[in-house]
Amino acid sequence: MTVRIGVVTFPGSLDDGDAARAVGIAGAEAVRLWHGDADLYGVDAVILPGGFSYGDALRCGAIARFAPVMETVADAARGGLPVLGVCNGFQILCEAHLLPGALTRNQHLHFRNRDQFLRIASTSTAWTNQFTTGQEILVPVKNGEGCFVADERTLDELEGEGRIVARYTRGNPNGSQRDIAAITNEAGNVVGIMPHPEHAVEALTGPSLDGLGFFTSVLRTLAGSSAGGQLAGGH
Amino acid sequence: MSRVVVDVMLKPEILDPQGQAVANALPRLGVTDVSSVRIGRRIEIEFAGDANLDTAREIADKLLANPVIEDFEIRADDAVEEDA
Repeated sequence: MTVRIGVVTFPGSLDDGDAARAVGIAGAEAVRLWHGDADLYGVDAVILPGGFSYGDALRCGAIARFAPVMETVADAARGGLPVLGVCNGFQILCEAHLLPGALTRNQHLHFRNRDQFLRIASTSTAWTNQFTTGQEILVPVKNGEGCFVADERTLDELEGEGRIVARYTRGNPNGSQRDIAAITNEAGNVVGIMPHPEHAVEALTGPSLDGLGFFTSVLRTLAGSSAGGQLAGGH
Repeated sequence: MSRVVVDVMLKPEILDPQGQAVANALPRLGVTDVSSVRIGRRIEIEFAGDANLDTAREIADKLLANPVIEDFEIRADDAVEEDA
């Protein structure tokens, strides 16, 4: 059976099209979800794409958190549904308290748009099991508010529990604490990443095909969970 | 009509690059005796009837401020009632 992955569109989303395309290239069916519709239509995983939901009013992701679809996504995420938040999607996951910390203004105040090397730090999440620990990947980064901050205790916790999923390497584009580019929740089913794997899935437009691994990983996760009844995270 | 004012500020330990940029520009105005600038946000909430500070606090806590990085203060703005 084809895996169905939901891609949410908020007013102001930009990368929903690319995210849906990446899902298709990975071999799954993309199901377009609408912010005002709380129904997830039985999808197996959800992607919150990049962009400027609600014009970034108040704080990035602050309004999107209260969208009808997000209440359902939050409940499903707590129940183990794989959820990937990219860029604005990461900001929304933090605002919704599905991930700790916050994304703040880049320390140098400039919007940063470039191809960025990351080092995969955890492969035991629903979205990174097809990588190897320590693997370097190249994906685009494009944000004005991608500086991850959290208190020292939270940062230590993330580090100690292996919940830092990827770090910036060969230069930190936004001042993010401990070079954090991506983190996960305790169960490993929810991942937030600031750079854009969905823009690195085709040779024609991307700097690499490295981004594809996130989408093939969740297929692997879902195949494992339907075959063996395993939880999304921790395997 | 009555108004509640909410002030949202970054927590002291959170770096404020905007405030730093402003502080760094001050010497160009000839101002040299400022040691720090921090930028926050003032939000005015107008109630149809009496100001409800509990509701305002809930709005501030759930939406206006992100408790991970920001603190807030709320107060009734009596000036509005005098105007009315």
